[in-house]
Amino acid sequence: MPNHQIDPNKWIDLYSDYLFNYTITRVNDRDLAKDLVQDTFFAGLKSMKNFKGEASERTWLISILKRKIIDHYRKINSNKGKAEVRMSYSSDENEGDWLEERVADPFDKTAEDSIENTELGSAIHDCLGKLPEKQATVFKMKTILGYETEAICNELDITASNLWVIIHRARTAMADCMEKNWF
Amino acid sequence: MKKRLLFISCEEAQHICDKTQYEEATFWEKTKLNIRLSWCRITRAYSIKNGKLTDIVNNSNVECLKHNEREDIKEQFQNELNNQNHK
Repeated sequence: MPNHQIDPNKWIDLYSDYLFNYTITRVNDRDLAKDLVQDTFFAGLKSMKNFKGEASERTWLISILKRKIIDHYRKINSNKGKAEVRMSYSSDENEGDWLEERVADPFDKTAEDSIENTELGSAIHDCLGKLPEKQATVFKMKTILGYETEAICNELDITASNLWVIIHRARTAMADCMEKNWF
Repeated sequence: MKKRLLFISCEEAQHICDKTQYEEATFWEKTKLNIRLSWCRITRAYSIKNGKLTDIVNNSNVECLKHNEREDIKEQFQNELNNQNHK
C-alpha cells in the first residue's frame, strides 16, 4: 500500500526552491541549476508511473535530480579530460600523470564547509516550507534574494507596514523552527 | 514628552529589531531599541534569536529561485503537463 501520493500540479510551488538550492550548491551556476531543476520536473512527469509511493515526492524528485547532476558532470568531465590530454601530454612516458596533477583534493577544508552549508540550506528550506505561502515569499525575497522593501511592495502590491508585519511573523516562525532543527 | 520619545513598546522594539537585521533602522530607532534592550528581557531574548537567524541565513549561502525564474519554469512545466494530458 503506497504511503505517498503524487501530484505534479503542486511540484513547482512545493519543491522548486528546495531542488534549486540543492543543485546550485553542487553546480555553482544559476542558469545551469535552473535548467537541471526544470529537466528534473520534466523527467519526473515522464516517469510518474514508476513512482511507488514508498518515498515522499520530494525524495523521489531528488533522486532524479542527483542523476541529472551526475550526468552533467560526466558529460563535462569526459570533454574536459579529452582536451587536457590532447593539450599537455603527447608522449607515452608521461601518460597518466595529468590525473594526479589536476585532481582536486577531496578532503579540502572547503568541502566540509560546503556539505554543512548544503545541509543548512536544506534545513532553511524545510522551515520555509512550513510557513504560509505569503510569509515564505516575502521572507525569501527580503532575506535570501535581498530585494529592497519598495521592490517587494510593488511586486506583491502590499504596503511597507504590511511587509514588516509579514516579515516579523515569518522571522518568529523561522527562528522557532530553526531552533528545533538546527541551533 | 521626552520620556515618550525615548521609551518604546515591546512590539515597536521588535519591529525595529527586524529592520535592523536588514540595516534599515535609522540611528534614532537603534538608540530607542538599545534603551529598551538595556532593561527588557523579552526584547533582549527576541533580539538574540533574531540575530542568530540572520547569521545562520547569511552563513548558509542558501539560494532560491527569483520570481520570474519560477514563473518561467512553471509556464514550461504547465505546457508539458497539458501536452501529457492530451496524449
